[in-house]
Amino acid sequence: MAYAKPSGEPLPVLANIDLSLAPGEILGLLGRSGSGKSTLLRIAAGLIRPTSGEVLYRGQPLAGPAAGIAVVFQTFALYPWLTVQRNVELGLDALDLPPAQRRRRALAAIDLIGLDGFQSAYPRELSGGMRQRVGFARAIVSDPVLLLMDEPFSALDVLTAETLRTDFMDLWIERRLPTEAVLLVTHNIEEAVLMCDRILVLGSHPGQIAAEIRVPLAHPRNRLAANFRALVSEVYATLTSRMAESLAAVSASPGDRPHGLPRAAINRLNGFVETLAAPSYQGQCELAEIAGALALKVNELLPIVAALQLLGFAELRQATIRLTAAGRVYAGSSTDERKRLFREHLLRFVPLAAHVIQVLEERPDHRAPRERFELELQDHLHREDAQRTLMTVIDWGRYAEILAYDARTRIFSQIP
Amino acid sequence: MRAGQYRQRVPGWRDLAAVVLVVGGVILLGSGAREMIGPAAHAQAVPISLSPQALPLYTLRTVLRMLAALAASLLFTLTYATVAAKSRRAEMLLIPLLDVLQSVPVLGYLSFTVVFFVSLFPGNALGPELAAIFAIFTSQAWNMAFSFYQSLRMVPGDLDEACRSFRSSPWQRFWRLEVPFAMPGLVWNTMMSMSGGWFFVVASEAISVGDLRIALPGVGSYVARAIEERNLACVGWAIVAMSIAIILYDQLLFRPLVAWSEKFRFEQTAAPFAPRSWVLTLFQQSAVFQYVNRIAAAGLQRAGDARLLPGIRLPPGRHPGSQRLLDGIWLLAVAAAGGCLVWALLRFARDTLSWSEVSRAAGSGLLTLLRVLVLVALASAVWVPIGVVVGLRPKLTAMVQPIAQFLAAFPANLLFPPAVFLIVTFRLAPAIWLSPLMILGTQWYILFNVIAGASAFPGDLREAAASLRVRSPHWWRQVILPGILPYFVTGAITASGGAWNASVVSEAVNWGSTTLNGGGLGAYIAQMTHAGDYPRIALGVAVMSVYVVAMNRLLWRPLYAFAERRTRLD
Repeated sequence: MAYAKPSGEPLPVLANIDLSLAPGEILGLLGRSGSGKSTLLRIAAGLIRPTSGEVLYRGQPLAGPAAGIAVVFQTFALYPWLTVQRNVELGLDALDLPPAQRRRRALAAIDLIGLDGFQSAYPRELSGGMRQRVGFARAIVSDPVLLLMDEPFSALDVLTAETLRTDFMDLWIERRLPTEAVLLVTHNIEEAVLMCDRILVLGSHPGQIAAEIRVPLAHPRNRLAANFRALVSEVYATLTSRMAESLAAVSASPGDRPHGLPRAAINRLNGFVETLAAPSYQGQCELAEIAGALALKVNELLPIVAALQLLGFAELRQATIRLTAAGRVYAGSSTDERKRLFREHLLRFVPLAAHVIQVLEERPDHRAPRERFELELQDHLHREDAQRTLMTVIDWGRYAEILAYDARTRIFSQIP
Repeated sequence: MRAGQYRQRVPGWRDLAAVVLVVGGVILLGSGAREMIGPAAHAQAVPISLSPQALPLYTLRTVLRMLAALAASLLFTLTYATVAAKSRRAEMLLIPLLDVLQSVPVLGYLSFTVVFFVSLFPGNALGPELAAIFAIFTSQAWNMAFSFYQSLRMVPGDLDEACRSFRSSPWQRFWRLEVPFAMPGLVWNTMMSMSGGWFFVVASEAISVGDLRIALPGVGSYVARAIEERNLACVGWAIVAMSIAIILYDQLLFRPLVAWSEKFRFEQTAAPFAPRSWVLTLFQQSAVFQYVNRIAAAGLQRAGDARLLPGIRLPPGRHPGSQRLLDGIWLLAVAAAGGCLVWALLRFARDTLSWSEVSRAAGSGLLTLLRVLVLVALASAVWVPIGVVVGLRPKLTAMVQPIAQFLAAFPANLLFPPAVFLIVTFRLAPAIWLSPLMILGTQWYILFNVIAGASAFPGDLREAAASLRVRSPHWWRQVILPGILPYFVTGAITASGGAWNASVVSEAVNWGSTTLNGGGLGAYIAQMTHAGDYPRIALGVAVMSVYVVAMNRLLWRPLYAFAERRTRLD
């Protein structure tokens, strides 16, 4: 899978991905935003054709959506104009069954997934959890061999997600589903450790398999057990060590070879630093613990951690984050002091910010159009990454009061 | 230098281009406007020239009428809709009134308004000018007012409360909150209404009611003259001129407006396709215009900040009984006024009309109704599949959508002469072959809306259907058609409304001295207009309004409500 960068060369989204799913296993895909997890799942579903490479399904190359592969969508993807029953029956459309048999099988799936009595309801009458149950029923009604789940619980509240997860795992453990293997894309590390037999950690730019972690725990798993916690920590450590490597690359790169910046809002950075500096943590905490305390998902947590490390306010050892001396001062400062400190660190540790300021400085009117930086970044980053990185530069630069940006004219200007 | 301020650049090509655009526009508008208020004798003494060289000036006059009508519609919208939204009692009367006004065929009562305005300014060109402008006004004002009224009713409660808690006066609230909030909807609706307006401006420029023959200098009169002379080449020139005018209008006025109004969009998330306009960018990046803009903006800001009225106090707790009494008195007054009107109408009708006349008009109405239904069905059968195929492909959509929009705006009455020429030449039956003309201009609204619906179809629902391998007949019936139904109904409502209106000019047409009459209510109205028989014109218009209202109430509204309810998830 590749996108073209401005110079015309393709910039791959995923590269050198080689994974196989064995019968009887649940495989988890974890990674930061933009690591191509969802793209990979859609390739496996036959919804997207990879630019190179091939997908083998039961030994045959996959050309488009195939019988025996079903997808559960993050957004449920239910048709609002069809009843629960008709939505589920749509999953049997390709099988060309007589109507009576269709109805019977749909009802059986509805029953199995715990939706009995709701078959004549329209999706809008159901709560989020019930809607996703319809999504599950529709996926399993055709007795798929492979079930692809794209963050199936992330649009649900914590309690609903937990119930649905448990119900699904009960069906899986008791072998009441005909499904042989599951591929689960998720942002939630605990969910991955709870459900999966094997977890693949994807690295980004381009997405590739960075690590593989086996989960040898027996079902049902206990979140509070020591070995469970140890595995969660291990996954955190793996994810963050990947991050540390790519951050080292950002700091080392000179201004003319910019790297992507994490999209972390100032408010979140400040809130995170303050929490970490509070007496209960004393400036040091395990990521798994503080993520739980602040109810942050991995895709929210990692940019914060990356940003703090990049700016030199915190450092990461294994899966433990610790405030640096500067970070402690930052946490205890007034707003103006904070801004001064932030400005200093931004210009010192983020070469791209320094580069932007230098360009503005060199121009006689101290202004530059956004395109100037966008094109430069797009030589090394995807369009969306480049956009995100520029948003971060604007956000941080505004907070540090070193630059101004007019969204209407798309022009950067310097504040001396 | 502080944030947001920077040194002015040396004026560049952008400034030059922007100045040329503005000054050119002002000069053109000024010279055209001076002609408009010249004496009618002068205007009528100059016969419409068929020389293509005269056409640019005629086109300019036509465009000016559109602008004048637009200004009037805007003024009407800002006042009428505001009153309706602010006063419950006014709302009880104004909104149903608006609803009916929307259904009255504009071209039907053109004859009345022409006579009225001509008698208002005897011997002056202003009378017919105002009549033409009024026709365009009526084709767009109702729609715009409705959009604005609905936006006003939907202003988020928290923003309204915030404004009140700052003790803003109603005038301040209006300019700071309500107008900005309604802006994107208003701009979009204005653009859509405007595209319908071209049809009416062409139809209203050349009109003869009984002995009164009026030909205002404009593209419409040019075409009317070309029809009299049986000159197909001149019709071709007019089509070219009109196309250029519509494209310029779109590029210079509406595209910038739509792009600009985006900033008022209330949704916090940015739209995936932010509308862009090169004209707007030009103006925004030109230093000179930034300066002018700043001064103008400061002035407008002052005007909007003026308090004018004191902040609102909580209304004193009134007795609910007295409220009900006031309501009763108000309703009684409205009913009495309505009763008087009906009585006067009945007396007028009894003296001049007979029951047989009414049944004749109603019978012709049935024929037109049949035509509208068949044509909308045919157009849907053609354009819905095409619209779906186009709308699901973003690149194709980007190419086709502007064309569909242009075709919807293009006044189809300019295309009538070639069609009529063919019908006359091949001696085809007018009752059948004149019918397609009704839908010629408005079928594009179906295409346009279906494309919009298909491109807005959720990606996850498409992926789900692909992953479930839903097969073709089921895919159309269960996946895509229910998904685009609300969009299709919107398009079909516009198309059928337009078809009723077009029937007045398309069911009876002339080619030189040959007259083709396809029968139907439109032909009836056209015939009576030509004869100057006012009571029968009124009867025709009234019957047509009844048909349109009935069709809206019994078919389109329920269908839309059904489609909208089905596609909503919450």
